Amino acid sequence: MIDWSPSQHELERRQVRRRIRLRSGLIATAMTVLVFLVVGLVVTSSPGWPRVQETFFSSEHARASFPDIWDAIWLNIKMFLIAEVFILLSAILIALCRVSRSPWLMPLRITAVVYTDVVRGIPTILLVYLLAIGMPALQLQGLPNSGFFWATVALIVSYSAYVAEVFRAGIESVHPSQWASAEALGLSRGQTLRHVVVPQGVRRVVPPLLNDFVSLQKDTALASSALVFEAVFVARDYGNYNFNYTPLVVAAGFFIVMTVPLARLCDWLTARMRRRELAGAL
Amino acid sequence: MSLLSVSGLRKCYGDKVVLDDVSLSVEQHDVICLIGSSGSGKSTLLRCLNLLEDIDDGVIEFEGREISDPRVDARDVRKRIGMVFQAYNLFPHLTVLENCTLAPHRVHGVRRAEAEDRARELLERFGLADQATKHPDRLSGGQQQRAALVRAMCTHPTLLLLDEITAALDPELVGEVLEIVRAEAERGMTMVLATHEMAFARDVATRVCFLDQGRILEQGPPEEIFTHPREERTRHFLRRVLPGQAGSSA
Repeated sequence: MIDWSPSQHELERRQVRRRIRLRSGLIATAMTVLVFLVVGLVVTSSPGWPRVQETFFSSEHARASFPDIWDAIWLNIKMFLIAEVFILLSAILIALCRVSRSPWLMPLRITAVVYTDVVRGIPTILLVYLLAIGMPALQLQGLPNSGFFWATVALIVSYSAYVAEVFRAGIESVHPSQWASAEALGLSRGQTLRHVVVPQGVRRVVPPLLNDFVSLQKDTALASSALVFEAVFVARDYGNYNFNYTPLVVAAGFFIVMTVPLARLCDWLTARMRRRELAGAL
Repeated sequence: MSLLSVSGLRKCYGDKVVLDDVSLSVEQHDVICLIGSSGSGKSTLLRCLNLLEDIDDGVIEFEGREISDPRVDARDVRKRIGMVFQAYNLFPHLTVLENCTLAPHRVHGVRRAEAEDRARELLERFGLADQATKHPDRLSGGQQQRAALVRAMCTHPTLLLLDEITAALDPELVGEVLEIVRAEAERGMTMVLATHEMAFARDVATRVCFLDQGRILEQGPPEEIFTHPREERTRHFLRRVLPGQAGSSA
């Protein structure tokens, strides 16, 4: 092992590989620059560009609206973080209900099916209206009246149905042989789910879950229709007074900044999982 | 000129040297059996031969051309080399016939009807005529592996690489697969195969290579390797896999 040194032929081959890599790198760079340049030129040379730039990309309005949106975005983040926890919990419960087999749980199973069918069919914004305006109007004792609270509940209700289906797809994608080997070890159906099937199923659905959460982050803006002063509401408010849409673009910027770290985190988690499970194997 | 010649082949995974200075030449109609314990490098050698792995030193020549050159299009090489894997690796979403016609039709540009004729002919020869329209998971292990062999041969490869193709099969199914390999060998198919079936290797091989820790420790005609192995390691290995047979007396 120590006495080995690469042959002349191998050294040449390495040089060729390096050249090929360099060439790929150059092509990638050139193509990227070219495409973005062309797109940029097409947009900025269009006849209406000065007008669009003034309405959507005015740096002056961006600066002016920034602090208010910055303050408001925390509400979105809070709403998102709270909702996410409850969505994950209720979604996995709904999914487990749906894959249960016990005759005792039939009512739960039916409820879960009806729930996902009905809730997924309702536009989220209607749920926000229904809950944020309807619930306080019932004048029930002991329930909060805040728009923030009910908008968050509406998001939880809506997204639980979607995420439950994602979980169920993950659970059902686990190969039957895994069920067989767990049951052969004497595990009950519940234990098999808990220790064997769900952990594998959940890993598989991390990318689609992320998709749903990015979508959830953006849908926190629906709270604006319940008169919650979140980022989009504030931006629209500013726009209505100043006849300029730049604040909406600023708000969009905030949403992008929020989602990118989440995406990278998920990529990293998935990659780590693969590394651990496939270490060395092909 | 050899169909395939390997010289000074070296392959590492990180610090681990998996193949070390391996040299091998394969003539037309040769049946080369690679034997050796698990982890001796048999599978890696096969994977290097059809460029599934980049090598770290040495030269692989196929049909008179160096294919270990990074500028060579791996797909051109793989069009001429067939490979069959231990775990069959059939595509579960396609029927047996579709598995067999995918490459001829999509890669080699053979018209679908022609590709199907060729596939049906081979399936017939391999005793799978009535399985053609089924999906792979409906077949037994032996049938699946035979289908995988058909899939590899549908493209008329000049060299067939078989990677422990019977290792995942029930003993009673091993026979039906090996019978087919034997028949193809007799028809003149050139093959390099990694195997644990010593009786088969002895019977069919034109040459046997014993791999140990990434090196070809010894190679020669089967009678020689199995009855008068030169190396102590070979004797030791054969004693373990052939209890009470050749090697033990040596």
